[in-house]
Amino acid sequence: MTLDAKIPKGPLAEKWSKHKFDLKLVNPANKRKYDVIVVGTGLAGGAAAASLAELGYNVKAFCFQDSPRRAHSIAAQGGINAAKNYQNDGDSVYRLFYDTIKGGDYRAREGNVYRLAEVSVNIIDQCVAQGVPFAREYGGLLDNRSFGGSQVSRTFYARGQTGQQLLLGAYSALNRQIHLGKVKMYTRTEMLDVVTIDGHAKGIVTRNLITGAVETHSGHAVLLATGGYGNVFYLSTNAIGSNVTAAWRAHKRGAFFSNPCYTQIHPTCIPVSGDHQSKLTLMSESLRNDGRVWAPKTVEVATKLRKKEITADQVKEDDRDYFLERKYPSFGNLVPRDVASRNAKEMVDDGRGVGTSGFAVFLDFADAIKRLGKDAVSAKYGNLFDMYYQITDEDPYKQPMRIYPAVHYTMGGLWVDYNLSTNVPGLYALGECNFSDHGANRLGASALMQGLADGYFVIPYTLGDYLAQIGPKPVDTKHPAFEQTKQDVLARINKLLALNGTKTVNEYHRDLGHIMWEYCGMARTEEGLTKAKGLIAELRADFWKNAKVVGENEEVNPALERAGRVADFLELGELMVDDALMRRESCGGHFRLESQTPEGEALRDDDNFAFVAAWEYKGDNQPEVLNKEVLDFEFVHLTQRSYK
Amino acid sequence: MSEFKQTFNSSLGKKLIMALTGLFLCTFLIVHLGGNLLLFRNDDGFGFNLYANFLTHFPPIEVIAYLLYLSILVHALYALILTIKNRKSRPVSYATVNKSPATWSSKNMGLLGSILFLFIVIHMSDFWFAYKYSHKIVYKEYRTDLATDKTTSVAYNPVTPDFEKSVSVENNVEIVRVKDLHARVANSFSNLLYVIFYVIAMFAVSFHLLHGFQSAFRTLGWVHRKYTPIVYAIGTWLFAVIIPIGFAAMPVVYYLQSIGK
Amino acid sequence: MSTGNMNLTLKVWRQKNAQTKGAFVTYKAEGISPDMSFLEMLDVVNESLILKGEEPIHFDHDCREGICGMCSLYINGHPHGPKNAITTCQLHMRTFHDGEIIVIEPWRAAAFPVVKDLAVDRSAFDRIQQAGGFVSVNTGVTIDANSIPIPKVIADEAFNSATCIGCGACVAACKNASAMLFVSAKVTQLGMLPQGQPERYSRVQAMVAQMDAEGFGNCTNTGACEAECPKEIKMTNISRMNNDYFSAKLFREEATHDHAAGE
Repeated sequence: MTLDAKIPKGPLAEKWSKHKFDLKLVNPANKRKYDVIVVGTGLAGGAAAASLAELGYNVKAFCFQDSPRRAHSIAAQGGINAAKNYQNDGDSVYRLFYDTIKGGDYRAREGNVYRLAEVSVNIIDQCVAQGVPFAREYGGLLDNRSFGGSQVSRTFYARGQTGQQLLLGAYSALNRQIHLGKVKMYTRTEMLDVVTIDGHAKGIVTRNLITGAVETHSGHAVLLATGGYGNVFYLSTNAIGSNVTAAWRAHKRGAFFSNPCYTQIHPTCIPVSGDHQSKLTLMSESLRNDGRVWAPKTVEVATKLRKKEITADQVKEDDRDYFLERKYPSFGNLVPRDVASRNAKEMVDDGRGVGTSGFAVFLDFADAIKRLGKDAVSAKYGNLFDMYYQITDEDPYKQPMRIYPAVHYTMGGLWVDYNLSTNVPGLYALGECNFSDHGANRLGASALMQGLADGYFVIPYTLGDYLAQIGPKPVDTKHPAFEQTKQDVLARINKLLALNGTKTVNEYHRDLGHIMWEYCGMARTEEGLTKAKGLIAELRADFWKNAKVVGENEEVNPALERAGRVADFLELGELMVDDALMRRESCGGHFRLESQTPEGEALRDDDNFAFVAAWEYKGDNQPEVLNKEVLDFEFVHLTQRSYK
Repeated sequence: MSEFKQTFNSSLGKKLIMALTGLFLCTFLIVHLGGNLLLFRNDDGFGFNLYANFLTHFPPIEVIAYLLYLSILVHALYALILTIKNRKSRPVSYATVNKSPATWSSKNMGLLGSILFLFIVIHMSDFWFAYKYSHKIVYKEYRTDLATDKTTSVAYNPVTPDFEKSVSVENNVEIVRVKDLHARVANSFSNLLYVIFYVIAMFAVSFHLLHGFQSAFRTLGWVHRKYTPIVYAIGTWLFAVIIPIGFAAMPVVYYLQSIGK
Repeated sequence: MSTGNMNLTLKVWRQKNAQTKGAFVTYKAEGISPDMSFLEMLDVVNESLILKGEEPIHFDHDCREGICGMCSLYINGHPHGPKNAITTCQLHMRTFHDGEIIVIEPWRAAAFPVVKDLAVDRSAFDRIQQAGGFVSVNTGVTIDANSIPIPKVIADEAFNSATCIGCGACVAACKNASAMLFVSAKVTQLGMLPQGQPERYSRVQAMVAQMDAEGFGNCTNTGACEAECPKEIKMTNISRMNNDYFSAKLFREEATHDHAAGE
């Protein structure tokens, strides 16, 4: 199957304006005759639901949490990029575009990325108008900071809670439409399947998480804004509830899944403290601005540290290896996330990891405290230091922090075209749920930008084009597809409830996480991936035999919810491995040990792999089929990333 | 009009009524204490009795007095309404004791207020009601020699039971005949149980106002970085310390005097 | 999965759903590590319950990093447990001692009915926000963000109010189950910023009316909310809200009760 990304022709800077003009419009009087389903109400979904309702469509919005305000967008700390150039430091739409496409290791579409950079400026205007309290300078204007090694200050932020403030902005816009009756909000409701009629998405099947009622909902279009799938690793910085189910169900109904192996691993997380660990906590990347990353030079010293025979401050300067500064003299501790993460892993693999588990390196503020004073360090990072102290019971003012990388974001997702439409007409994917704009690696402070761009400024235009084409005729809710899909969902629920083995679902999830982290994590090999494929298949078979699910459907049943999600992760995990095996190159968040430069950097293979992988589901236990969307680079010149 | 009704039926409106009546009662306390300090004058109640007569016979003060009584009733009634509503807001209570840090007084305003209400009822029936509507109060005649400014007093029996006050001058002697509330006060305060009750009630005043005074300002929304500390200081030192001590001193001093006699 | 050596006794409120009555059930939590978070400790207990074929203890949780506001729990007389300025998911077991008895209850308020066990329905908070907790601007604003300068102190103050995570600890802590801290935080955030001015007085009326309709208690300024708020929202928000409310109701002629919501 050929994939048409529908990128408009013409100069980069004119593509989106021209496309907006070419898109069909829905007559204002007709808009209220259309129903639009939005699943997920984080930044992308919340913004889309509110914006579409403002335009006049009837929106039904769904989230599994008890309120749209809980979506995991809320946890983003750092900030949101926008090419405002308020700092007069040479930023521009083109530069943001260029940085994003380069940062993504040239595995994203030029057209999409340029549009993202273009609308980024509107996002800031929109959020400020909503009352989002961005940081300001004494003159009353918006403050910016440089983020994630960027050479310009284009990141807008709200202390360490930018995601929260942006989400509350979208939530308030959504609330306004709920109040006006234009959005019907379904909370504590989980989407479990997509209903398609004649190849078009026409509705969804949901389970009410309070009563267990399985229901169908119809709409002229279905928008998935259900976030990423980082929890396939069990431990990640995602919320416990974050899951792939909605996207995966859509995939099994025909939507292609793209680049699942692109995973972003964030270097500055608090290390695992034991088997009981349920999630990982990220600390803002900004810590690397003043903290120095090091590991002991020798295994011997590291062993002493692990056994707590000595403490970090007792390690002599000569016995320390500031490995990032040593290997990357010009960028030092500020190398991109993937580089920093991989280097930490190398230290650990080398036996030089610290902490009781040995899975950590140091992030040391002793020099910064000496240089700036404790007060200045506290003013900058106080809340992060407190958080670290809270979790680890170690005082980072006295001992260096221990950090280790953790899964943070997934660049892959449902394949979408320039209109954010999946290959299933009427089915759209927004935000982290789609694969589109970050290529193989996402830059810091770009996730919020993409979620809001999709929700506020892209889908309100592109959806109309589809709706105008299909016309406002009501969806035939009597169509047997609705009942059939509902029965499929019920059958699956019953199958899960019948599981009465000896192992909890959580244990399977943890096992899957171990496999993924070990073989499909920061560094991947042909051999490891092949092994992982077998292990996952085994684990999945065992799950359907030996897992234990308690309770019934007609009640609040978190065990059942979890089981459904883990069952989907067990399938997705294998596809990720397939994708990683197929992609015999290193790029961004995907590092194949077989493909590296002599200096140990990621080595792309543009001749063979400058394409988007779009996997097509072919039925249970059938291998998925790879479709390729070739990436054309008309405007940028592909270069090897180097941070030396 | 319905808009006002709606305003005062809202949770905030009810709180506004509590705050305004409460602050009004606070201002009264200052006046009341000031007047009652006359009890400490060693004039056999001359000044105090005249003051009591003035309070009950000067029309503008009469009006304010009735406003005051109304405030007490409204304050108590709304406290009751709010308390019932608050109870309904948590139909199932916690099994563990709430350990959230909050001052004892702020958590026990209802208890303190109930003690105060009981006190006010007894206090007013003993003095105000007895003074105004009963014939239980005896009379006294004060004779002041205008030349020497010396005052002597004797009991007086009025001709009619409705007699309130008279002032006349005979032979350069001013004769003032007035109800002797002072005697009733002295009599009441010679009873130890009565004195203890009064002192307890003044503790209640202290703690009630320790929270109540500043809380009223919060409710009204008058919170300011610069002025709120002043409000706290007044609420603490004037209303929770000086005024209750001043009031409590009266029964204590009179009781001590009575056992000294 | 025993990874530690703390043994605890839990007295947990179990309630099948809103319609049935609940009761305390005692559980042993054994082999608990002091490095576990409180919710991870409950995970361990739940794993063992599932293996025994019993229903796990239900509690709300999601982000587990103290920002989503989903976790709750009234632990030994404190919402979010005994430590200040954190949520339950950030509470670690080293706060407790070996052998301790821990009583775990759901938030108690008429406006927060129990969903199951320790989880309550906080949709009342959503409805209050829907009544007016927004600035009526449609998507596609064309005013440049920097055309509205806002003094840094005002922006910072508004931010302090905006950090509310909507967890409901203020209601849980308040002896009157009042939601004033929550409501006032949003009223204050938008009331302080220039963007929120056009609807300042209609917003406060609409949100207070909805708050009252939901059945929350009244504020008596005890300050328990402020003391227990995991984000340290200040009581001064309540005073600010009162001030706006009384201005709107008693003095401002232009303030109508109906929140136009931009229609």
